[in-house]
Amino acid sequence: MRPKIQLLSPDLIGRILGEAFELLMNPGVRVGSAVVELLQSAGAEVRVAGNDRVARLPETLVRKCLASAPPDFYLYSRQGEKAVHYGDDDVHFDPGSCCVQMLDPDTLEARPSETRDLVRMVQVTEMLPQFSAQSTAVVCSDACSDSGLPVAIGDLYRLFVVLEHSDKPVVTGSFSAAGLGGMIDLLAADSGGRDKLRQRPRAVFDVCPSPPLNWSEFGSYNLLDLARTGVPAELVSMPLAGGTAPVTLAGSVTQHAAESLAGIVLHQLAGPGSPIVWGGAPAIFDMRSGGAPMGAVETAMLNMACAEVGKHLGLPTHGYLVATDSKFVDAQAGAESARSAMLGALAGINMISGAGMIESLACHSVEKLVMDAESIASAQRLVRGVEVRGTSLATAMFAQTGLSGNFLKLKETRALFRQEQYLPSPVTDRSARGSEPPSDIFTRARARVDELVSSYRKPSLPEDVLRKFKAIVDREVDREADREADRAGVVAEPSRN
Amino acid sequence: MPDQLFGAMRQSIIDGAPDTATELAQQALANGVDPLEAVNQGFAAGITFAGDQFGCGQIYLPDLLASAEAMKAAMGVLEPEMLKHGSQREALGKVVLGTAKGDIHDIGKNLVATILSASGFQIFDLGTSVTPEQFVAKAKEVDADIVGVSALLTTTMAGQKAVIEALDRNGLRPRTKAIIGGAAVTSKWAAEIGADGYSRNAIDAVELAKNLMGKVTNKGTVPA
Repeated sequence: MRPKIQLLSPDLIGRILGEAFELLMNPGVRVGSAVVELLQSAGAEVRVAGNDRVARLPETLVRKCLASAPPDFYLYSRQGEKAVHYGDDDVHFDPGSCCVQMLDPDTLEARPSETRDLVRMVQVTEMLPQFSAQSTAVVCSDACSDSGLPVAIGDLYRLFVVLEHSDKPVVTGSFSAAGLGGMIDLLAADSGGRDKLRQRPRAVFDVCPSPPLNWSEFGSYNLLDLARTGVPAELVSMPLAGGTAPVTLAGSVTQHAAESLAGIVLHQLAGPGSPIVWGGAPAIFDMRSGGAPMGAVETAMLNMACAEVGKHLGLPTHGYLVATDSKFVDAQAGAESARSAMLGALAGINMISGAGMIESLACHSVEKLVMDAESIASAQRLVRGVEVRGTSLATAMFAQTGLSGNFLKLKETRALFRQEQYLPSPVTDRSARGSEPPSDIFTRARARVDELVSSYRKPSLPEDVLRKFKAIVDREVDREADREADRAGVVAEPSRN
Repeated sequence: MPDQLFGAMRQSIIDGAPDTATELAQQALANGVDPLEAVNQGFAAGITFAGDQFGCGQIYLPDLLASAEAMKAAMGVLEPEMLKHGSQREALGKVVLGTAKGDIHDIGKNLVATILSASGFQIFDLGTSVTPEQFVAKAKEVDADIVGVSALLTTTMAGQKAVIEALDRNGLRPRTKAIIGGAAVTSKWAAEIGADGYSRNAIDAVELAKNLMGKVTNKGTVPA
């Protein structure tokens, strides 16, 4: 029996969806200009007043779109093997994204993240079986800056760095409506063409509505483009309970459902059957700091409850957990991250993003990533539950040992202990006290990072693929320069009048 | 041929395969291989490798024990032959082992006994809840090089001190060295009660015992 926690009764799920459908009609949902025609031709009313477009989405339309959304799909490794199953109660983890700061392990200060930080994150993630997927974890402020490549193509550049250093699937996302195309091209070059990318997608793209009930121009565009290319989209609705969403957990779950349902409508109308994830990064609103406390138990509860609604609808799920509000890799970081890893796994969330992140998602730490890997492994062990191996539970082993207690020598012990126990890395201290002074977890995590990085081997990408990657980056640099010129022209125009 | 055979012997110990080890030992004898060489160049190399692997966290206790069992199986075939030829493998030392009085937890002590034995020490295992007098009597009888006292509980750790005091009273130290071990035992406690050594696990105990026998290695803890 697989252990599972549920927070919502069937009756409450019914009420949540009932009110979510009501919200989609009144007050309705803001949408980008790109989807107005699409919605209208599907029979939805869209009121346009200047730059404000509010759509009313009737339940019948939403239900139709839900019916065309696939119940599950896979992400593939570079070698074309199934690596992540988005569906059922399968649970996977990937590092959080996308940070602009990195915790410096020497100074313990947050500093702007650079390419070397992203490479190190990717190397460590590549080496840890706890992570089924990579994420485009941090921006590279050294490469994309005022004096380097355009900051606006930072999303593309991150993906380029990750693809160059990893064979695993990638959880990513674009920074703008314009940014997505280049990223899809990069993935298509990696997969050997757009058709192959559609058949065996290697990446999923996070697309975020703005709370409350707003699918912005950028989000709307991304959903359409993803639906049309067939590259999986992951809806990341992020209500902040008490801030940008109702203060009650049930109220915020309802808002999350309404925003996600609206996203599914936009996506499925543009590409029926295209893979989409009922994801999210819901959190409570901290009533003192005004921030989003990712380590709060209520934040974990929101993620669990939102996923439950998605499971009820028969959709793949995602959540944002295993992060902390602490500024260091300390006891708070360990407690909050381990707790939410356990809870997310028990909720059967298909992809749980967030590992490695500190300071309420404002900063990343590769040392925390290896610490979190221990908690994740424990959570993965927990959800495997108590398994029965062989025909007898204990009597066959007692038949060999009698009352001697000599179980350590049994063949069964040696054959089964690796399945029964998670054997921790040296990051977890279970050693007997020796002559050397005991170390703290941060010290051990630093050593582990070094060890993983030194045993990492870079994948050997074919020369022509690398050339294609570089050509795409160059092309996007040029395109961004054109867009920049256009923007300057638009800004300059009023001054001529 | 012998090189290949020695390699297979070594591997049978690393794999923890007693049946294979037994077969290889018999094969060696049938082919006229010197049993002492079979041990030194074949099987013993395997147990040393397994010990190193355990020490750096590559394998776990059940693997190590399986290796020790395989070693025991090979020695069971080879030892009688060595006795016949008068080429008995020279024991690294004689070790008397037991758990402290009142303590019946012997997993740790058994591990140490198995691993020390596989590493070439001669073991006299007195079992559980052993009185200081019994330790002294056995140490005298076999002219022990080392007496090892195990204690799991903080309440029975005092028994380790009693054994060391009894060894002193009977004039057995410094000729006989006293070592201690157990989950709650620390190097600080070892120093406090005047033990000659402590190790935190069975593999380090091998290094410690070798150190005390004057076989210098770079591991193990000998309190100053």
